[in-house]
Amino acid sequence: MTDLNIVGKSLEKVDSLSLACGTARYASDCMIHDPLFLAFALSDTAHAELHSVDDSKAREVKGVVDVFHAFNTDSGLFSTAGQGFPEPSPYDTRLFNKRVRYVGEIVGAVLAESIEAAREGAAAIKLNYSELPPLFDPEKSMDADSPKLHGDSDAYAPLPVPYRPEENVAGEVLFSYGDLEKGFAAADFVVEESYRTHQASHCALEPHNASAYFDERGRLVLVVSTQVPFHSRRIVSRALGIPGHMIRVIKPRIGGGFGGKQEVLVELYAALAAWKHKRNVRAEMTRSQVFTSARTRHPMRVRIKTGIKRDGAITAMDMNDVMNSGAYGAHALTVLSNAASKVLPLFNKIENLNFTGRSVYTNLPVGGAYRGYGATQGYFPFNQHMDEISRRLGVDFLEFVKKHHIRVGETSAVFEAIGEGTEGVSQTIKSCKLDECIDRGAKEIRWQELRGKRVTNGPMVKGVGAAVAMQGSGIPQVDMASASMKMNDDGSFNLMVGATDIGTGSDTVLSQIAAETLNVPLEKIIPLSSDTDLTPFDVGAYASSTTYVSGRAVLLCAERVRDQILSVASAMTGTPVDQLSLGESRVVNRTTGEEVSFSQIACHSLYSKDQFQIQASASFTGTESPPPFAAQFAEVDVDTETGRVRVVKFVSVVDCGQAINPKLAEGQVDGAVLNGISFALSEQYLYNQKGAMTNSSFWDYKIYGTLDMPEMVTVVLDSNEPSGPYGAKSVSEIGINCPAPAIANAVYDAIGVRIYDLPLTPEKVLKAIRSRA
Amino acid sequence: MKGSFVVNGRSVEWSFEPDATLLDVLRDNGHPEVHRGCDEGSCGACSVLLDGKLVNSCQVFAASSTGKDILTIAGIGTIHEPHPLQTAFVETGAIQCGFCTPAMILAALALLRKNPNPTDEAIRSALDGNYCRCTGYVKIIEAVRLASRRMSAHD
Repeated sequence: MTDLNIVGKSLEKVDSLSLACGTARYASDCMIHDPLFLAFALSDTAHAELHSVDDSKAREVKGVVDVFHAFNTDSGLFSTAGQGFPEPSPYDTRLFNKRVRYVGEIVGAVLAESIEAAREGAAAIKLNYSELPPLFDPEKSMDADSPKLHGDSDAYAPLPVPYRPEENVAGEVLFSYGDLEKGFAAADFVVEESYRTHQASHCALEPHNASAYFDERGRLVLVVSTQVPFHSRRIVSRALGIPGHMIRVIKPRIGGGFGGKQEVLVELYAALAAWKHKRNVRAEMTRSQVFTSARTRHPMRVRIKTGIKRDGAITAMDMNDVMNSGAYGAHALTVLSNAASKVLPLFNKIENLNFTGRSVYTNLPVGGAYRGYGATQGYFPFNQHMDEISRRLGVDFLEFVKKHHIRVGETSAVFEAIGEGTEGVSQTIKSCKLDECIDRGAKEIRWQELRGKRVTNGPMVKGVGAAVAMQGSGIPQVDMASASMKMNDDGSFNLMVGATDIGTGSDTVLSQIAAETLNVPLEKIIPLSSDTDLTPFDVGAYASSTTYVSGRAVLLCAERVRDQILSVASAMTGTPVDQLSLGESRVVNRTTGEEVSFSQIACHSLYSKDQFQIQASASFTGTESPPPFAAQFAEVDVDTETGRVRVVKFVSVVDCGQAINPKLAEGQVDGAVLNGISFALSEQYLYNQKGAMTNSSFWDYKIYGTLDMPEMVTVVLDSNEPSGPYGAKSVSEIGINCPAPAIANAVYDAIGVRIYDLPLTPEKVLKAIRSRA
Repeated sequence: MKGSFVVNGRSVEWSFEPDATLLDVLRDNGHPEVHRGCDEGSCGACSVLLDGKLVNSCQVFAASSTGKDILTIAGIGTIHEPHPLQTAFVETGAIQCGFCTPAMILAALALLRKNPNPTDEAIRSALDGNYCRCTGYVKIIEAVRLASRRMSAHD
């Protein structure tokens, strides 16, 4: 498409000046009168039966108003996972559980006149419990004699999906085609390895928080740091029994989410306290609580066994995943599904395939949605495995990938088989520039010059590695987005979307789509997003859905508005619609050149004759989920004396269809990449023997800063997805999938040592070097 | 206790607890542009300039800051008249969620006052106390470079 005016331009993000000037407001900045403060009490035991909670000392603290815990607060079973309804995650938790299942579980909430008093109260809560044997090893969770976390509870799955708490199974995905045995028999050789990805925190700079107040009619207003305002209202209503019509959820600016805020957590307790006392309430997790008591990236053990012929054909693949869900099953099924459904279709020529995946309970902090959502866990093993296979075949990894990856016009049986709590949706690929991603990236990283050369400099050895991935664009036939627009008398438009801008730039991207369709400058679109009273519904910011799914809703809505504009212009000028076209902020008669401005049209419709407001709404649900593709490359220096891996340069080349705003698209990739590198090399959850995290602070859980970053090159290719709004696909998640495998493959290239377990810490790399020697 | 400060050029007198941090006192008195990311001095989101020096306001007692000059992001430019650093961050796409941005810009300002033409290495050193989880810092560094060029040209 060459005739675009607004789409494809790196226009300034519509909220960025307000963010730069400090006028933008986050949930904790919300001005509320005379609030009470909430502090959380956490479990100090990994697994125990609570007999009672002694809150007497807490209530004696000056300023404490109330103490909530399992023995004075009932709630139904629910899931904190902010997903569609019914959720594909099990209903296995209450606001406060009488059986506590991990260190850091919220066991009490103290409401007080000051945050200091609330915290003092929380520290004074005493739990009386009998300890139960804890279960920390996910690979032992299904053993007959392992402790069963939810085995004797009434937990259940609201959808007809595999859920067997009596075996600690929180979710299961089984899938196969062809004949595995026959496939392996036909192979010339077999490669089998196990890989492990680790737990991680999202580390959004803004901690999870909510402010609760009452409107003039006594309705509860929750201003929440959330990715899922509409799910938040529904789940708060369900868990607390507050009628939905009495709750309004407002999403202000959000200080990052990355999946962590696709969880309904803090607002539950803020709502509970505010509703009971009819007082305004503020609740915010401390940074340490964000680490221990919010959500994490699910760790996964992936075993892959692959049969290969000498000509490179993959005759069989058996993939077996065990995902550690932690103590509760938030996203337990769907993250696991994605580890297959977003990974296996990439190599769609595998002749016989079997996938067995189980999510299991352990007495550790809870997993949840995290950028990449299972694909990240799947691509670390997948890309290392393919690197290994290509080396054994004696072919270049990049050439091997090109031979196997899915192409335009092709499909994969996996698309249809694996959905999210339901069957998947069949689709044929309409856009794929992965070859170009590979070639461009190889050039940028100097693949030919560096690969296999092991250039040394003292103890440092250089290597390069690559990895490839796809993601999706929303959950087909599940995710729904809607938008509404109205035209103002000056020819500007209000755009109301449920789509949730959490810093991603979706307010800007969706406004660009509307502005393009209506042929107006971007500033004529006034976006308002995510307020359950004021905007239409949207599932929220997850599953890489906003640009594609919400974008299509906005496109449809803007087209309806455009049609109304043309019809009013037709009436005003007495010209048939088919002789009219849109000019910039005006309608033009193509024959006579006569023009009427949008402002004249709007004023006519509002004030002159046959008055009505030019306005429309539209909804969209995807019938497919076109994957973006990426090739990512790492150049590393491995210090053979210390085991330290330093990424010197990192290159990402992405096919996200037409980038609606290329600069914002690049920014999505850059951020995902550095998070991915930091995940691969330094971030990790450390536990003591009791299952307590010992490094719940930025001092001890190291995320990358400016001095740690490598040279980073991000290229967003020209591409076009026929089914996307102006050719767009998603871009937000894909960039995090390949830093870890590209780095691991580069480490192997440098020193011939393969690291199967994340993160690639100096200790682990050094140990591997020494055990090889 | 009570204490006087000069905040963004205006003299104010505020009441606060003797052990209150500067971050709490600023936020309680109408300065929500100063953000709380960790409350332990490790993320930099609460940075302000205290007598021209970049500090994590969560690690400074308000009581020890009385009489001093405090600059928050609201004091360097406004949405109607932004500072060159603020426009540079906007133009380069250096802002995603924006939670780190006010402090990041102040860290950059502290650098540019001392070193108007910093190298990339100097920019990276100066911003290392300020975490950003959204951008990978690529465009933030570009923004500081751009602002430095414009501000030097302006001088």
